[in-house]
Amino acid sequence: MTLKLGVPSKGRLMEKTFEWFGARGITLARSGSDREYAGVVEGIEGVALVLLSAGEIPRELAAGRIHLGVTGTDLVHEKLALWDQAVTPLHEMGFGHADLIVAVPQGWTDVDTLHDLDAAAAAFREVHGHRLRIATKYHRLVREFLRGAGVADYALVDSQGATEGTVANKTAEAIADITSTGDTLRANHLKILRDGVMLRSQATLWKSRNTELDSNERASLEGLLARL
Amino acid sequence: MNVTRLQTNALAAKLVAGFEAAGAVSVEPPILQPAETLLDLYGEDIRARAYVTSDALRGEQMLRPDFTVPVVQMHMAEGAEPARYTYAGEVFRRQERDPGRANEYVQVGYEVFERNDPAASDAEVFALIQGALAGLPVRAVTGDIGVLMALVDGLDTSVLRKNALMRHIWRPRRFRELLERFATKREVQIADVKGTTLVGARRQHEIDARIAALRADAEVLPIAARDVDLIDALLDISAPMPEALGLLEDLCVDLPAIVPAVARVAARQEALANRGVDVTALMFEASYGRTSMEYYDGFVFGFRATGRADLPPLATGGRYDALTRRLGAGVEIPAVGGVIRPGVMLELGGAQ
Repeated sequence: MTLKLGVPSKGRLMEKTFEWFGARGITLARSGSDREYAGVVEGIEGVALVLLSAGEIPRELAAGRIHLGVTGTDLVHEKLALWDQAVTPLHEMGFGHADLIVAVPQGWTDVDTLHDLDAAAAAFREVHGHRLRIATKYHRLVREFLRGAGVADYALVDSQGATEGTVANKTAEAIADITSTGDTLRANHLKILRDGVMLRSQATLWKSRNTELDSNERASLEGLLARL
Repeated sequence: MNVTRLQTNALAAKLVAGFEAAGAVSVEPPILQPAETLLDLYGEDIRARAYVTSDALRGEQMLRPDFTVPVVQMHMAEGAEPARYTYAGEVFRRQERDPGRANEYVQVGYEVFERNDPAASDAEVFALIQGALAGLPVRAVTGDIGVLMALVDGLDTSVLRKNALMRHIWRPRRFRELLERFATKREVQIADVKGTTLVGARRQHEIDARIAALRADAEVLPIAARDVDLIDALLDISAPMPEALGLLEDLCVDLPAIVPAVARVAARQEALANRGVDVTALMFEASYGRTSMEYYDGFVFGFRATGRADLPPLATGGRYDALTRRLGAGVEIPAVGGVIRPGVMLELGGAQ
């Protein structure tokens, strides 16, 4: 059988991944029209391209339905419990850099650290009668991070997009999200807490630990690794 | 030993019958609990420990992570005092780290709501559970969160600092961090950020209030090193109950604030002895029960299998007066209870 390589199916992450492999003599391309989610691989034998949503790649790797996959560290850590037992990182690819951070309004001059956030959350709950809300889509990572830091009296609210806008819209008081340049945060009058960086993420090539390779696949993997 | 559901349920029924014979009424709370109550009580941490599901009609529901909350609610809505309840059924615990831990298991519980003699109620619950485990190789540990709370309450420092420490009694690491922070002199540094727009629901006067509180608190003297040592001395106590009580009474000399709480430990020891519990062999650890999520605020206890660190506790319990206060919107009913895991009893090899 062929070695299955999962790659994000659209956008900059896909283009950068194609470039990264291209620079190593492996041409990845979409077959047929731009709208078709099928791919071709040239320059190496026995490797098949599987185009997937970046968010689904961790799950597919863990299930062993793809052997290799490209996706962000943030998504692997968020979506896979005990991720290091399910996947092995092979290469950090040097793009798709993003930090997972906790940010609060710039106007909160009394809050610079997680310690401040905890104290402000206690006072907020007294005044408003509900917990301080933090908007995020990284529920598991944020919960573990805040538990480790001893922050209490907060509640996570789900936000799958435009998270920086939730504070001004009064559906959350703070946010936990990924940022690369911080421009969107600043534009929305938010600041990162001094100790509020949870994870530094980048696009990474992962190998599934939950799949048995046959001899052909093993040969293809060795051929591929030799090129990277 | 491979324990079947049939065996577990049979043992659970037997334990319930024993609790009924001790005067408890059998109750059966629903498996699905409104998520809002549990979230309000435990905060976001409960989501990591309980399974959440939902429908369009009732919104978020949780598969019960324990029976205590629904039993308290039921008692407060319709119960007469004093009251004793027993129940048996599955609880559900989400597991994200350790695949070896059960995410669904049977609990059998006994809860007492009684105002007049808390020491006797504590002893009653402990002795009944100890009796139910008789013959099994178990070791009991007891503690009392109330002593630490009394100590914090009696510290010579600001209300702000006491409240912060009290909020984190159940998070030992954060408690320690705060204690160290409050025991050192620090400057308040407020960034002077001009021209920023304040967005969101937290208003300027709330920010100003916290800055004023921080400035005022900076004038408060650090918590004395001697008091920090006394807290350590308390948390280090781990000895058979009579010996631990002696150490607690020694601490009372320097910490008059804990005198009533220590008197409660002494009264409990006597009540336990009256119930036939061998208190000379019963461990008391002052830090016991601080990492449980439960709102235990007085007596706490647990039974573990000796020489089987791989097994979860066979039984745990404690006093949760504050929980009844929070669920009862100001109405408080002193309450103490405990749960047994019949599945673990069987695994340990005791089907008696």
